[in-house]
Amino acid sequence: MKKIKSIVALALVLTMSLAMWGCGGKSSSAPATSNGGDSSAKTSSGGDEAPAEINATDDGTVLNIYCWNEEFQSRFADYYPGYTAGKDTSTGTLKNDLGEFTVNWVITPSADNAYQNKLDEVLPGNADASADDKVDIFLIEADYALKYVNSDVTLDVKGLGLTDDDLSQMYPYTKTVGTNTADGTLRAVSWQATPGLFAYRRSIAKDVLGTDDPAEVQSKLSSWDDFDAVAAQAKDKGYYMLSGYDDAYRTFSNSVSSKWTTDDDTINIDDNLWTWVDQTKTYTDKGYNHKTSLWSDDWTKDQGPDGKVFGFFYSTWGINFTLLGNSLADPDGKQEVGNGIYGDYAVCEGPAAYYWGGTWICGAAGTDNKSLVCDVMRVLTCDQATAKKITEDTQDYTNNMAAMEEIANSDFKSDFLGGQNHIALFVAAAPNIDISNMGPYDQGLNESFQAAMKDYFDGNASKDDATAAFYKSALEKYPNLKQPS
Amino acid sequence: MAAAKKSKVVSYTKWGYIFLIPFFLVYILFQVIPLISTIYNSFFENYLTGLTQVGPNFVGLSNYAELFKTGDLLKYTGNTMVLWIVGFIPQILVSLLLGVWFADSGCKLKAEGFFKTVIYMPNLIMASAMAMLFFTIFSNTGPVNQILASVGAIPSIDDPYVFLAHTGSTVALVGTMNFLMWFGNTTILLMAGIMGIDTSLFEAAAVDGATGTQTFFQITMPLLKPIFVYVLLTSLIGGIQMFDIPQILTDGEGSPNRTTMTLIMYLNKHLYSKNYGMGGALSVMLFIVTTILSLIIYRITVTPEEY
Repeated sequence: MKKIKSIVALALVLTMSLAMWGCGGKSSSAPATSNGGDSSAKTSSGGDEAPAEINATDDGTVLNIYCWNEEFQSRFADYYPGYTAGKDTSTGTLKNDLGEFTVNWVITPSADNAYQNKLDEVLPGNADASADDKVDIFLIEADYALKYVNSDVTLDVKGLGLTDDDLSQMYPYTKTVGTNTADGTLRAVSWQATPGLFAYRRSIAKDVLGTDDPAEVQSKLSSWDDFDAVAAQAKDKGYYMLSGYDDAYRTFSNSVSSKWTTDDDTINIDDNLWTWVDQTKTYTDKGYNHKTSLWSDDWTKDQGPDGKVFGFFYSTWGINFTLLGNSLADPDGKQEVGNGIYGDYAVCEGPAAYYWGGTWICGAAGTDNKSLVCDVMRVLTCDQATAKKITEDTQDYTNNMAAMEEIANSDFKSDFLGGQNHIALFVAAAPNIDISNMGPYDQGLNESFQAAMKDYFDGNASKDDATAAFYKSALEKYPNLKQPS
Repeated sequence: MAAAKKSKVVSYTKWGYIFLIPFFLVYILFQVIPLISTIYNSFFENYLTGLTQVGPNFVGLSNYAELFKTGDLLKYTGNTMVLWIVGFIPQILVSLLLGVWFADSGCKLKAEGFFKTVIYMPNLIMASAMAMLFFTIFSNTGPVNQILASVGAIPSIDDPYVFLAHTGSTVALVGTMNFLMWFGNTTILLMAGIMGIDTSLFEAAAVDGATGTQTFFQITMPLLKPIFVYVLLTSLIGGIQMFDIPQILTDGEGSPNRTTMTLIMYLNKHLYSKNYGMGGALSVMLFIVTTILSLIIYRITVTPEEY
């Protein structure tokens, strides 16, 4: 019986995916015009070298974009000129000087590695895929960026047509992340930079510390010892300092002093991570945290009107995209003071400088929309006016130093953060980002480490057992790695 | 002489074979070929690291050696069996009881069809949906913890009982879900078996003054045995392949500390790196374990005809 059910389920899945393919094929029959626009005309004057030879053509009429959530989709819809969203959100049409295009959004959530599995399935054979199915643009996250920028499935952005001049205002670290370590070419560009801050609840800070002023709160949270002391005070007042086990993880893991793996592929656990383990164990035992897990429902609820959590470590995108959404009582209502705890958050630097996440845009090898991909990258990641506008509209922190300096020095303020100009804090924090210890295994190993240590925090395993469980899980994911002897 | 006889009698044998062809085609295509390729793959080192393919290199039995080296295989087999038994025991007891009641015309159950439908309903829900439902209901701030807090079983909702942080409660949740999903199905199978028993036997027992218990153990159970074995076997094989419920409930980790990780969840772990070698070796072991367990149960329950 179970077997029959699974066969039926499989058949249904197949039918559904076939139907999806069908839809994709149909939408591609939209009117096609030749690419009239000359991309070189739009290239800014700094073009100083001939574009490298790359695996891309310019005869496509369907732009396929692979990503894991709606963040880029909304940026694209709002800031890339000529885009009209279709009836359902998975398609749209685009009309500009380069021609008329159908845009398909293929959104696969990252949970359980599903997004990367999808990419790994389609990217290697992308050049041979039928014209309408070719991936043109895909997005990657910092944690696994190296996996893709170090492979031939991503295109050299200079080969696409971006120039050094275009790239000049990007934060240098965002370019380092997107650089192929073997040949030094830039393979991915980002519209955001992601320095991290500590976002706290003004009302709770007032109750616990007697002030909600970011500068004064920062002075009380400037080191981990101070942070622990405030955690104890918050506990006495009936609050939690942090929501879950992994909340502070990035502040430690993204300021490590050694990589996850040594040169001979042996796993190496940085001392900073052990500090996180010990701190979180203490917080759990003393009740300073709410025992939730990152991205779980309970964690999300803690950020809303009923939450009793002092604050959250979040980087740029987390504040305007995640925290803002979670703070609302009515998620579909207007984003304004009065809806949930909109306006009750503020940000400060917190005890440690760190970064978290970030999304990079890659051109897929084999794309048939070379000029369009280049133009999308240029408009969304290189253009100062667009960058400024995105930040002003959405409070996201964009990857354009000049635009961000300008906003930092202006009277810009965020209503969501109770009138604070958080961009100024980000501008100060961004130069501290150090990605020299990034590696290709970061995502898998970070996830395994957090999952394994959870059993230690819960009291179900000793520290040694949890460590052994981490190695076990790590070697399952990466059979080529070695456990230190 | 033989030839003459053949021409006179129309033979329908060939139709039997012709009608069997679709089954054998499907069986070979979807069962035999994958089985052989799995065994073949298990002798190779073959995985992806990042986007780089390693292998396939022939490594003989080293995948199997790796599998047995850590002793995890035994642990996960044990976990799987515990998860199955915890769900199966209440399932078979309740199903037997319901089956007997439904089949017994003396009970005069009203709206029998309605109840049969209702108890079968949970089986129509996708296992993953069921697991997500339970995950939400038993979460830290979920309704169960709120009820516990309001009746005073836990100090307050701020200090919840974390169900998924304890082996016992996690196993119980998985067992409950499996029980809820499958008892209706089992009831219908057993009921069909009971209704297939000659009613004159029950009448004779009643005339002889047998009690309900006596009738059940002396007549129903012995004659139900073939169906009972079938139910046990299919449930066991389904149990060994248990995956979706614990996978979703524990987010693929078999938490706490892999005490609820089943064999297939372990197999799934190797698919992160598309490790066909280790995955193949594990699948072959699974095949062997399933065969052995099936044979044991079959031997124990089907004793030679004695009546």
